[in-house]
Amino acid sequence: MPEVTFTVDGKKLRAPAGTLLIDACRKAGIEIPAFCYYPGLSLQAACRMCVVRQEKVPKLQTACTTTVAEGQVFITESPEIAQARKATIQLLLGNHPLDCPVCDAGGECELQDMTFKYGAGESLYAEAKHHRDEQQWSPAVFYDRPRCILCYRCVRMCGEGMDVWALGVSGRGADSLIVPNQPNQLDCEQCGMCIDVCPVGALTSGSYRYKTRPWEMTHVSTVCTHCADGCTVTLGVRQTSDGSEIVRADNRDKNGINGDFLCAKGRFGFDFVESPDRLRQPLVRSNGRLEPASWEHAIRLAASKLKEIRDTRGGAAIGVIGSNRTTNEENYLLQKFARTVLHTNNIDHERSTDYAALARALAGQSGKTASLRDIASACAILLIGGNPTDEHPLLAWLLRTNVRLNRARLYIANAKPIKLTRQAKDALKIKSGDYNDLPASLDAGRSAFAKAIRAEGSLLVIFGEEMRGEAVEKLVAWGVKRGNVRFACLGDHSNSRGAADMGLLPDLLPGYVPVAAPGAFSEYPNLPATPGKSLPQMIEAAGKGELGALLVVGADPVATRKLDPTLFNSTFLVVQDLFLTETAALADVVFPAASLYEKSGTVTNTFGDLQLLRKGADRAGVKPDFEILVRLAGGIIDDIKTLVPFGQRGVTGDLGQSRGAQAGEADRHAIWLEANGLEPKLSPFDPLAILDEIERLVPGYPLDRINLFAGNDVHTKLSSPGYVPVAELAGSGLIAPAHDTLFTSGRLGRWSEALKQLAQHQAKELVETAAD
Amino acid sequence: MSPKSKKEKSKSAPVFSAELAARFDALVEKYPVKRSALIPMLLYAQDEAGYLSDAVVAEVARRIGITELEVRDVASYYSMLRFKPAGRYNIQVCTNISCMLRGAYEVSERFQEELGIGPQGVTPDGLFSLEEVECIGACCWAPAVQVNYDFHDEIRPDHVLGILSGYRGKIRPAEKDPAKEPAKGTPPHA
Ligand code: SF4
Ligand code: SF4
Ligand code: SF4
Ligand code: FES
Ligand code: FES
Repeated sequence: MPEVTFTVDGKKLRAPAGTLLIDACRKAGIEIPAFCYYPGLSLQAACRMCVVRQEKVPKLQTACTTTVAEGQVFITESPEIAQARKATIQLLLGNHPLDCPVCDAGGECELQDMTFKYGAGESLYAEAKHHRDEQQWSPAVFYDRPRCILCYRCVRMCGEGMDVWALGVSGRGADSLIVPNQPNQLDCEQCGMCIDVCPVGALTSGSYRYKTRPWEMTHVSTVCTHCADGCTVTLGVRQTSDGSEIVRADNRDKNGINGDFLCAKGRFGFDFVESPDRLRQPLVRSNGRLEPASWEHAIRLAASKLKEIRDTRGGAAIGVIGSNRTTNEENYLLQKFARTVLHTNNIDHERSTDYAALARALAGQSGKTASLRDIASACAILLIGGNPTDEHPLLAWLLRTNVRLNRARLYIANAKPIKLTRQAKDALKIKSGDYNDLPASLDAGRSAFAKAIRAEGSLLVIFGEEMRGEAVEKLVAWGVKRGNVRFACLGDHSNSRGAADMGLLPDLLPGYVPVAAPGAFSEYPNLPATPGKSLPQMIEAAGKGELGALLVVGADPVATRKLDPTLFNSTFLVVQDLFLTETAALADVVFPAASLYEKSGTVTNTFGDLQLLRKGADRAGVKPDFEILVRLAGGIIDDIKTLVPFGQRGVTGDLGQSRGAQAGEADRHAIWLEANGLEPKLSPFDPLAILDEIERLVPGYPLDRINLFAGNDVHTKLSSPGYVPVAELAGSGLIAPAHDTLFTSGRLGRWSEALKQLAQHQAKELVETAAD
Repeated sequence: MSPKSKKEKSKSAPVFSAELAARFDALVEKYPVKRSALIPMLLYAQDEAGYLSDAVVAEVARRIGITELEVRDVASYYSMLRFKPAGRYNIQVCTNISCMLRGAYEVSERFQEELGIGPQGVTPDGLFSLEEVECIGACCWAPAVQVNYDFHDEIRPDHVLGILSGYRGKIRPAEKDPAKEPAKGTPPHA
């Protein structure tokens, strides 16, 4: 569209012809009030708040439906317009309760703000108000009709945005009300997007309503801990007597790739943090029972035992299992700790997809990986396998949005029918064993599907765990030959990608550098040169009594692999976790770990986008895995600087920027360090010291720090030119995907009451609907 | 969780008669998009079934390819579409301004007395039901009353008995339970 020039309030503005006036004004910093308009959703023009005066047009016009054209002249604020808006508000307030002090939305309500601005503070309607009782539609969603201003944002968000169509408008005129799809019940995805877009307090959230006032919270922007898409989420945090608690999760600043989107897990599934089942102090086994112990005692015990086993039986007798939800710095530190302190390559994690195969296939290529932002704007996308609606809600949202707003062409190849097929231009049903042959059939096939794929100029290929090892090789080779292709590989959890990227693998160092590659990570002291044991091999060794010690960080192999509880009888088992998991219950020493919402650092989503975490909640008694590892190492080696290069040249100090609500902590920490004669500006517990090392040593992680620390996502380069791994294809048999639903989250979801309730509600809805 | 695909009823007991189904098939062809057939379809279905039962709503949703919720949204907007059974003859008394000024309430009260039911009631034999409705576009001849698709204008309370007996006379003596027979009236689109 060609640019046009038009005038708003005497200012000359330029925008592509056809842009909505309201958007053009907002871009230029001219705020036009709007209740029914919501960017990205269809136009409603129901509220009349956005009226403006257009020259030579007899009546006031709605800015949300007026498109700009050359030479137009608009006035957006004048006594006439203020009067019109005031009258609109007076009508809305006719039956609206004027009880903002006790309304859940008070303080962040668009109607309240507009009433404040235009001064229509009284209700002119003298009759008794038309009262209706509040309704609870699901554990997540409550509706209070008298507060509803019938802007239809919720209806459009649920239908167009979520493609669920669970909300409607019933009746007409003053009797209209928003209705759910079942009698007074919502049978839906429970994402809470409708609550989020509601400009007033009509839709409220089961997890947050009437808990606090918005101004009593500190708002901390961090990254969701659940699936591997990495939504930014704003935690509403409130001080408590022993730290600070999370009262709400939403997307207040809309600054991430997810814009305003969050799924049920991101929005409601934070309550595991406050679970009474959280571990609050270290546990040490004595006389066969796990008993509370001091940090000093537990650390000393675990460290000395690990050291003793290393020194007597060698590093090969020790195993380490890492986590899909700890930070990149923690993962990097864990493998460095395993390799340089425990002298073992026996390190692995629960793999959910074959990132290593993609890295290997892309060796020597550059610019072949897709970020989430690419997916939001790509013209043509091929989605192979998986069910993003359940497993990658943000990806599904971006695909829907891209199809709806940009007419992107989505092609789906899947063995099962999935909900996203509704958005697809074409869908290919394949047999579940046939994923491997897909590239060949796309090349040779005469189906309309194959032809359409071949005809696409550029293509973005997204695949999940169905493609492993050789299949990934073939797919990438096909794509590279075809040209103009970028790839994304779908894993399960918030830092599954980071776990693989940071080398929680027995045969691969960080950046997928083979352990045996000459000169690899040459600055690591004592790096064992042969690949170590994979997770199943470690379990096997434990069964044979050959595993002297096992350190498990944020994983629960006993539960996921259904292991015999006697398996670790002859293994010294150390576990770091949030809860007393089935594995932790068997341990000799258990350390209470901080969750992702209680620490700073970085995580990498499954698309390779790196994001900064900010510490939100704080809980007495728990410590970040980073700190636990450093303290363990401190009990084994003398010079901790060989592990964490703090206080060395080229290292950036954290003066609190990364700690969000807890900014003061860094200062307090600095004072403590100085008092103890330590380096005052940096501590060994500062993950940023390790981020420096990651940036220096890990291929594909040269970071755009300005953007990262400004809170933006930064794409890492799996396929950076200098990076040529030569690993064997191994490990595709070790992949155990979680196949999460909208309300499960690997081993973590079970600790969230909110998610359990939503799952129960939906299970009940499904039974009832089926019985109809 | 995918309302568009859910609740597909088993096709064991057809909700629509063969005639109605055929009429529907012809109707959807007339519009560029199927959903435009929604309102006429609801009217015909109501004529046949007497009201918009859950089964009718589900069937219409299925045939048009929209959710039941969307069907209900539209239907609840129109006062002539109803979700509860009405009498075989549904008497709608307009009580908007013109009719009210010319004695609509007296007419309505007279109907209530004669039928022994309240303003939204149905007679026990299911023959008559009574409703007060908004303007039915016959203001020039106020007060106006609509019985199914028949209009009666310039009604005075003393016309009420005559109107009622007129409809009673239409019932064939053989019919025992008129409620079983759906309201037919004289559909304007016939
Ligand atoms: S919670 Fe989500 S899916 Fe459910 S009604 Fe609201 S927007 Fe729709
Ligand atoms: S519930 Fe909220 S979002 Fe929905 S129509 Fe009412 S005011 Fe608008
Ligand atoms: S889509 Fe994934 S990252 Fe985003 S809120 Fe949901 S679980 Fe969290
Ligand atoms: S925002 Fe324009 S009419 Fe509501
Ligand atoms: S007011 Fe009764 S028909 Fe118009």
